[in-house]
Parts: sequence; C-alpha cells; structure tokens
Amino acid sequence: MDILNQIAAKRMKESVPQFSVGDTVRVDVRVVEGGRERVQAFQGTIIQRRGSGLGETFTVRKVTQGVGVERIFPLHSPNVSAIRVLRRGKVRRAKLFYLRQLMGKAARIEEKTEKAEE
Amino acid sequence: MRGLIGKKIGMTHLFDKDGTQIPVSVIQVGPCPVVQVKSPKKDGYAAIQLGFGVVRPTKVKLARAGHCKKAGLPAYRDLQEFRVENADEFEAGQIIDVTIFKDTAEVDVTGKSKGRGFTGLHKRHNFHGGPASHGSKSHDVAGSIGSSAYPSRVMKGKKMAGRTGYTRFTVKNLKVVEIDLENNLMMVRGAVPGAANTILRITASS
Repeated sequence: MDILNQIAAKRMKESVPQFSVGDTVRVDVRVVEGGRERVQAFQGTIIQRRGSGLGETFTVRKVTQGVGVERIFPLHSPNVSAIRVLRRGKVRRAKLFYLRQLMGKAARIEEKTEKAEE
Repeated sequence: MRGLIGKKIGMTHLFDKDGTQIPVSVIQVGPCPVVQVKSPKKDGYAAIQLGFGVVRPTKVKLARAGHCKKAGLPAYRDLQEFRVENADEFEAGQIIDVTIFKDTAEVDVTGKSKGRGFTGLHKRHNFHGGPASHGSKSHDVAGSIGSSAYPSRVMKGKKMAGRTGYTRFTVKNLKVVEIDLENNLMMVRGAVPGAANTILRITASS
C-alpha cells in the first residue's frame, strides 16, 4: 500500500486550491479539438468531493437554460488546469444532492462570511 | 532471457498526456538471482532457475535450503524455471533484474487468481439466471443438465456450481506503462491475477 501511495504522490498536483462543498468555482478545462488546444471554463457550485489521493474527484453543478448540468472532474487530472473559487458557500452537509430537486431562488446557497467562520 | 518472478503490489491509475486515466497494476519484479543453470548436456534442456523472496533457511524445506546454499545464495521462498536459448550465458549467483524488460512493449503475467470459495452459476460460469417476473419462479436455477434415456448420465465437464478461483492463469499482452529500475517496479495496463502479494511470473509476450 505504501508503494502505491508513493507512486500516486509523485503524480499528484503540487498545489490544489482550498475549496469545499457549497463553493462557487470556475474550472478551467483543457480541451483538445482537432489538434488545437484551448481552455474552456465551467462555472458552478461544488456539490460533492469524494475519494482521496490521486483518485479524488469533485462534482460541479450549474443550471443552463433551465437544465441542470453536472460535471465530475478528477482533481489531479492534467485537463483541469485551474480551479478558481469565486464564492464561499455556507452549507450544512457534505453532499448537496438536494439542490437537484430545487430550482431558482430555492437553490441559492448562503455566502460564508468571516464571522460565520469563527 | 525473457522472464522474471514478481509480486503484485496492487492497482492504481495514472493520467495520460491527454488526461485519460489508465488503470495500472503495480508489480515488484525481481531482482532474481540465478539459483541453478540447467544445460542441455546435463539436464536435457537449457533453462535457468530463478529465486524470489529471501527467507530464513529454517522457513523452507531442508532440501531447498541446501539447494540455495549450493549456489552460495540465501534461501528463497519461490523458485521458478525459465527456458533460455543458451544456458552458457548464465551462471549461478548472477542477478537478473527488471532491466531486461526495458525495451519490452507487452508482457504476459501468470499467477493464481483470488479464491472465491463455493459459488453459484452466475458467478462461476456467467449464467444469466431465469426471468425475474411474469410468474417465473426459476430465478436462480441451473435448468436442464442433460438429456434423459440417452446418455442417462450427466456429461463430464457440465457447468455447475462449485469452487471458483484460485487457479493459475495467464493474462496475455499487458502493455508495459512504466518501469522503475531503481525500485524494481513495473506498471502494466490492466489487471493481473490474485490479490496483493501474489507471486507472479512475468514473461515478455511473444
């Protein structure tokens, strides 16, 4: 097991921004189209973080034209070139699957303020 | 010489250049010393016997301990023979490591699979089972096991429930993803037989 962790540790990103469930993030995704490489952004709410080490993933949910879109990103994938936290959310659970049942105003997440962190 | 003894470490995954995840098995390959050289003249065929896994001499049979001692080596838990074209190139005590696979693209890995105990037909022979509904009651039955008056017996080799796994088999043409010469590790794409610490026989694919 130790050897496996060492192998994984070598391939993990050196620094990953601190973010947690409920945060609104902008993920820069590397897309290769016909030999050309470009960066595509995916912006939404983190509704899940799971796994550990090299296999850790996170799920980002956004609602586009009334349709919910969720993408699961491997945290250490080279295709995830950057993660920017736009807003910290105040949530009371680890998985925000309940957001799938909610639309519009009901699906809002309260912003985490400095005071709430204390 | 195109084979070595190894040990399964486990599985993990790596990211490709384009971000694709590749499942890999990590195998500790060697280093294996030559315990005995078999020559056509003396033994009728050319092969080398390799050792793997050093143990205290008291942990193996006396014959094995003496056999290893004869080559001036410590006692090995596992010994395996590999055919070679020319036995004269090798001598007892010579150490062979994962370097021999440096330019190998694909390998075959042999080992014993995980034992599953007594299992039913679905797991053992991939039977699909009966209908779940529409009044069916034959959800998990074997069905007919043969004809009646002739042959009046069940044919040999009929697929039935029973002990599954813990059999030796070979996974062929596994792509070598990476070789770590320093730590004697090899990563191959896909699964290899057995659980972690299973002893494996790794040969270059022909």
